Amino acid sequence: MSGEAQLLPGTLDLLILKAVSLGPLHGYGVLLRIGQISASALLIEQGALYPALFRLVRQGLLKATWGTSDNNRRAKFYDLTAAGRKRLRAETEDWNRLATAIASALAARPEEI
Amino acid sequence: MSLLTSLRSLTAKFFRSSATADDLDEELRSHIQHRADDLQRSGLSRAEAERRARIEFGAYEKFREESHQALGGNFFDVLTRDIHFALRVLRKSPGFTITAVLTLTLAIGANAVVFGVLNAVILRPLHVPQPSTLWGLEHEDDYGFQSYPNYLDLRDRNRTFQGLAVFSINQETLDTGRNPSIGWAYEISGNYFDVLRIQPCLGRFFHSSDEHGPNSAPYIVLSYPYWHAHFSGDRSVIGRVVQINKHLLTIIGVAPPTFNGTMLFFTPDFFFPLVEQPLIDGWNGLEGRGNRWLFEAFGHLRPGVTPAQASTDLNAIGAYLEKTYPRDVSKKQYSLARPSLYGNFLGRPVRAFVAGLMLLSGLILLAACANLGSLFAARASDRSREVALRLALGSSRNRILRQLMTEAILISLAGGALGLAGSIALLNRLNSWLPFNQYPIHIPVSPDARVYLVALGLALLSGFLFGLVPVRQVLRADPYQIVKAGSSVTPGRRLFTRDVLLVIQIALCAVLVTSSLVAVRGLIRSLNADYGFQPRNALIVDVNLAFAGYTGDNVPPMQKRMLDAVQAVPGVQAVATVSTPPLGMGNGERRNIYKDDSADLRASKSAALPFLYVVSPNYFTAAGTALLAGRSFTAHDDMHTPRLAIVNQEFAQTILNSSNPTDALGRYFRLDDGTRLQVVGVAENGKYLNLAESQQPAFFLPLFQILWSEMSMVVRTNRDPQQAASAVRTALHTLDPGLPVEVNTWNRDLDGVLFPSRVATIALGVLGIMGAILSITGIFGMAAWSVSRRLRELGIRMALGAQRREVLSAALGRALRLLAIGSAAGLLLGILATRVLAFIVYQASARDPLVLAGVVFAMAALGLIATWIPAQRALSLDPLLLLHEE
Repeated sequence: MSGEAQLLPGTLDLLILKAVSLGPLHGYGVLLRIGQISASALLIEQGALYPALFRLVRQGLLKATWGTSDNNRRAKFYDLTAAGRKRLRAETEDWNRLATAIASALAARPEEI
Repeated sequence: MSLLTSLRSLTAKFFRSSATADDLDEELRSHIQHRADDLQRSGLSRAEAERRARIEFGAYEKFREESHQALGGNFFDVLTRDIHFALRVLRKSPGFTITAVLTLTLAIGANAVVFGVLNAVILRPLHVPQPSTLWGLEHEDDYGFQSYPNYLDLRDRNRTFQGLAVFSINQETLDTGRNPSIGWAYEISGNYFDVLRIQPCLGRFFHSSDEHGPNSAPYIVLSYPYWHAHFSGDRSVIGRVVQINKHLLTIIGVAPPTFNGTMLFFTPDFFFPLVEQPLIDGWNGLEGRGNRWLFEAFGHLRPGVTPAQASTDLNAIGAYLEKTYPRDVSKKQYSLARPSLYGNFLGRPVRAFVAGLMLLSGLILLAACANLGSLFAARASDRSREVALRLALGSSRNRILRQLMTEAILISLAGGALGLAGSIALLNRLNSWLPFNQYPIHIPVSPDARVYLVALGLALLSGFLFGLVPVRQVLRADPYQIVKAGSSVTPGRRLFTRDVLLVIQIALCAVLVTSSLVAVRGLIRSLNADYGFQPRNALIVDVNLAFAGYTGDNVPPMQKRMLDAVQAVPGVQAVATVSTPPLGMGNGERRNIYKDDSADLRASKSAALPFLYVVSPNYFTAAGTALLAGRSFTAHDDMHTPRLAIVNQEFAQTILNSSNPTDALGRYFRLDDGTRLQVVGVAENGKYLNLAESQQPAFFLPLFQILWSEMSMVVRTNRDPQQAASAVRTALHTLDPGLPVEVNTWNRDLDGVLFPSRVATIALGVLGIMGAILSITGIFGMAAWSVSRRLRELGIRMALGAQRREVLSAALGRALRLLAIGSAAGLLLGILATRVLAFIVYQASARDPLVLAGVVFAMAALGLIATWIPAQRALSLDPLLLLHEE
């Protein structure tokens, strides 16, 4: 368990958008995909996914349709909307800038000052 | 139909949102199934896999709730769930729910009733077009009273009214040829209906163009209710000829159903032109500038004219009239007032009384809110464990507050609905109530939309008020501490809030109890007041001689025959006539009088305006009025002997300067026509117009020295009044079968004068009882709660050997101390509040030792009743059992 990191606030939305951008997914699929692309390094409480999904739908970033899963069960599939795609791009850039900044800040050594 | 549609759209909304709820559940279940599929593939049994999947999913309800919020637009959905939950919680504590709802039912019901009356009597104008520009003329202490010649001058000379109409009220007998019946007439100027801008519902109205001097417009218009009751709504009545007091009039129209005359309380049966009055009533009311008998002149102001401008205009005419007719017109200022309550005559006391009632019922509502607030606070602290658990399980404080608020609003709406239903029933009863047999007086208070809205608003407001009390408590709740410590007592500020609420509530209730005791005491006092006559064992006989065709010289012989006939009835001790009985319904007859040496007989120079009673010789015996000095009139005081008068003590003292009654005997004074009158007797003081009046001068003139056709008979009997009444009726009927006769006991006749006191007593009594009930529930709640919270402490005290008295003082001392503080504060406030009551209640004063003692006793009794059950519970504790439980 020590290999799992707590999510920073606000990052769950970004992860969901990313996961869905790779292809339409149902809720459980989103969870699996995040686990897969983050090499199971991130801890997400399963139920916590849904409020985030609905929030994104309501913001018009995702669209949902009922369909049938590989397990032959009824499930709701989520896909990115155009707005969602734009948001994902913007947030990815933001994140990268932030991460670079934080990383370079943390990498600073006394002699560089 | 629109209600149905909106209901349907509302249910559709609920339906849609519950559809998304199903949708949500299906999706979450689908997630768990998928997870279980994966777990099963890794080798678990299906059942175990599903169990694990559910655990991994986390707090299902919490996420479901959050998802709902994330979906947004689910206000109604959350609301329905809150309501469902609140209903479940309330159903679990029926005692609390019923108490709370009943408390509010009483409080909101009382407010709705009082507001209904306020709305009908003060806020709602007459049912005529443009009521806002309609004003009546008021003439200082003459109120609206006006003479016909003065009215004509005011009508023709003013430049500020679009038209000025006048009316008077009189009782007349209407005979359709079969069944003569007594009804109430508005005698009106020809332009009356045109000035009011109303149209007939049938036939036509008469107009000023129909009037060409006396007896030129023999028409009559029926009121809608009278047309229905006496002509069964027959449309062919138009054109029919009827007799009013033997005078023929043609029915030309029926007034619209919404129109009940220009006076709010006094519904007329029919209307006829004033120009017909001399022939109908047997005396000429159209002449005599000093003959102020017309009730009120009124009219619409011209566009753009303010009431102040109109008053100035009228006063200019008044000054002209005073200068031109100094004998008959005295200098008085005109002012404008709303006609519906007869200006300030009824308006001032009615407004003061209704405003006072509104204030008191507002206090009831406040007390109820304080009561419920402390109940809710107590409940919230009892439920602190539940609240703490919900907080610990991830519920937000907002959500919990919303839930508590939903409970409060549900209770307030239920109470409001019940209260409104009750008040509508009561108002409708009041609306159809006719307090007097002989007068068409009723209080038109049918509730309207405004009443419903106010009741709803008050319900919501009070819901918020008492719902807010526990908010701070919830906001400050620390789930960790509460769950750890259990629901043990945490003394301090919270209890302090409740204490303040209880003191306020008790103080408010003490105000109500004080006011109602003052009113009851005032009524008792006014029933036993010294009227200056003895109404007990006396009858008042009203005879309409004009209707039976007795006018002019025919009147005196008939009066003599009637007196003789009634005197012969067995059991009659004394019989006499009086022009109008004192404290009757009318305004009383008053006459300007002058000192003997006064040569200037202008109205403005008069010595006084005393009440005048024209009486037959036996009057003082029959009425039970004591003569303090001198003699009564005799049958020999007639047209051939010098003119005489008997004055009351006040008259003797203030006008004749005779502090000793015997000094007044033999003195002279003058009437406004210059007649010299010698005083032969002094009678005791009395009440003449109403019970609250200051002592007024009055004088009596002998019937046989003055022609007076209007009269009542006073009959003193030693028999049962009812039997005597029917015997008198028979005797007069034998004399002339066509004579309309009305016989009442004198006490019954006084109903009108006592009516305000009675209404005040009933209204305040009801409010007082409500206040008492509220303080009982309040103190009971406080005491019961404090006993139940301290059961363990009390148990320990008892186990350690505390005496019963000590246990009681520990358990209830606080409640009783609060009661004492609250009662004292309330009593002080009550003493201040009774000043308002003085408008209505005879000699209203809270500084009466009986009232003070009554309030103290009542509050102590309330405290005893309210703390009895908690005290019994505290005393019957079994310490062993109690300590075991813990």
